[in-house]
Amino acid sequence: MQMIRVGFIGLVMLALAVVPVVANAIDEPFYVSLFTRMLVLAIAASSLNLVLGYGGMVSFGHAAYLGLGSYVVGIGFYHAANDGMDWALNGWLHLALAVVIPGMAALLIGAISLRTRGVYFIMITLAFSQMLYYFFIGLERYGGDDGLSLWYLSDFGDVMDLNDDSQLYYLAYGLLVLVLFTLYRLVNSRFGMVVRGAKSNERRLMAVGFPTYRYRLVAFGISGAICGVAGFLMANQSEFVSTSEMHWVHSGDLIVMVVLGGMGTLFGPVLGAVGFLMLEQYLPELMEGVCHIIGGESCGIAGEYWKMVFGPLLILIVLFARGGIDGLLQGKVGRNV
Amino acid sequence: MSEALTIEGLVKQFGGLTATDHLSLSVTQGEVHAVIGPNGAGKTTLIGQLTGEITPDAGTIRFAGRDVTGLAVHRRSMLGLARSFQITNVLADFTARANVALAVQAHQGHSFRFWRKAATDPRLIGPAEEHLATVGLADRADVTASSLSHGEQRQLELAMALATRPAMLLLDEPMAGMGPEDSARMVEILKRLKGELTILLVEHDMDAVFALADRITVLVYGRAIATGAPEQIRNDPDVRAAYLGEETGDA
Repeated sequence: MQMIRVGFIGLVMLALAVVPVVANAIDEPFYVSLFTRMLVLAIAASSLNLVLGYGGMVSFGHAAYLGLGSYVVGIGFYHAANDGMDWALNGWLHLALAVVIPGMAALLIGAISLRTRGVYFIMITLAFSQMLYYFFIGLERYGGDDGLSLWYLSDFGDVMDLNDDSQLYYLAYGLLVLVLFTLYRLVNSRFGMVVRGAKSNERRLMAVGFPTYRYRLVAFGISGAICGVAGFLMANQSEFVSTSEMHWVHSGDLIVMVVLGGMGTLFGPVLGAVGFLMLEQYLPELMEGVCHIIGGESCGIAGEYWKMVFGPLLILIVLFARGGIDGLLQGKVGRNV
Repeated sequence: MSEALTIEGLVKQFGGLTATDHLSLSVTQGEVHAVIGPNGAGKTTLIGQLTGEITPDAGTIRFAGRDVTGLAVHRRSMLGLARSFQITNVLADFTARANVALAVQAHQGHSFRFWRKAATDPRLIGPAEEHLATVGLADRADVTASSLSHGEQRQLELAMALATRPAMLLLDEPMAGMGPEDSARMVEILKRLKGELTILLVEHDMDAVFALADRITVLVYGRAIATGAPEQIRNDPDVRAAYLGEETGDA
């Protein structure tokens, strides 16, 4: 089974590496933006996986860090466009701030949230992300409720041009690979062992002498920082920044991706993000098609009900595929009930 | 001889129940000091207060010449006070080696080391395998803790406590739930540690207690009714009435 798993993951990563080439060859540039979104959400889901999968911290507020990362780009653009502050478009600056600001926010939010456990932790992370959501809605200057359309993207000078969809795609791909490699080193390091140990048995870890709180907190901060990188990419991909990306529903989507792909495995969230967006994209078309085949009427709206199929599918995976898609690849079909 | 651990006037109440009742007790450097008593005598509450998981209402705990009454759990571990749990409490999804390696790691400075692989770090694996050998688990290092037998998990508990290089061990019923064979093996392992470490042993198994202890304190309703050498305790009429009589009755 291990061969199948490695082969499958290798194939997915390889297929992702050639998306722009294929899409341009068949003249379907739409695929580049669809798959860029996949990569972006794969980074965000991987960041959540560090705390959720490896650390056992169910953060229900990771959309906040995604949003903060994207607002770094949005606010930079605003001042460049309106106040002539050209330096505010600097892509390296955007990237650096999209790591630092969400990372600091996660440290602050984590410092308070990690004093709670279980349902309280879920609720308090949700509350903080909703606070940020309403804060940005109230920030009329940067578009408030309507968001900001970006006429200029993050500027990397001669190094790359993000207006070129393929270049943006490969930036996202490179960052995903970098994030995965970093996470791989992290979770297997001494630091990672403490974070994973605290998930398994925190009381025991304290008894052997670990102040677990600070290790969990640093993991939470790193997770927020990585999620901010996804936000930076998301703003440049959609050429739009708005509060809707910070809404709690997106925090839920990220949890779904992690669980769907496989918690606590390196590539699980990547598979989860790809699977999630594939279903979101093609399930409606599939349902419309099935509706036509069985001779239903007004099939146009059948696709709108795709979540009625998606929901039960997710329940089946959670109940019967321990370890999500990645677990299935390892032949773990054990039940969770 | 100097005192490793001194407890003075310790009180802990849970609602109307006094689990620890003005308890004073001292453990001498290098001795094996057993605490026995019927169920509900407050033995586990005492261990909880010594490790810092339970905050006493009154009294002081001094360890290695320093007042540790208000010190956090991990800080006490750093001072060299290690414990094993009554109910097996290991990292179930880690291998035996990884369990012990993590305990070794806890005492090698901070763990904000983000890059180097821990599983192949000789500074962790070397000591971890030594401690596994000490408790007789050398050939079970690669087995996941949850797959170990009950007796082996108890041995792993002990290896983890030893890996923190303690000056003193708090053993909360190390023989709990063990058959006679496992129990005898544990006594042998503890005998070998005797002299090297100060040990506070809470145990129900009287054979084990009398085989290991230098001194015994008998706890009844949170109070120490007697402290002395095993022979003294065996012949103490109060102890016989309160505890040993009962024990021989159902044994």
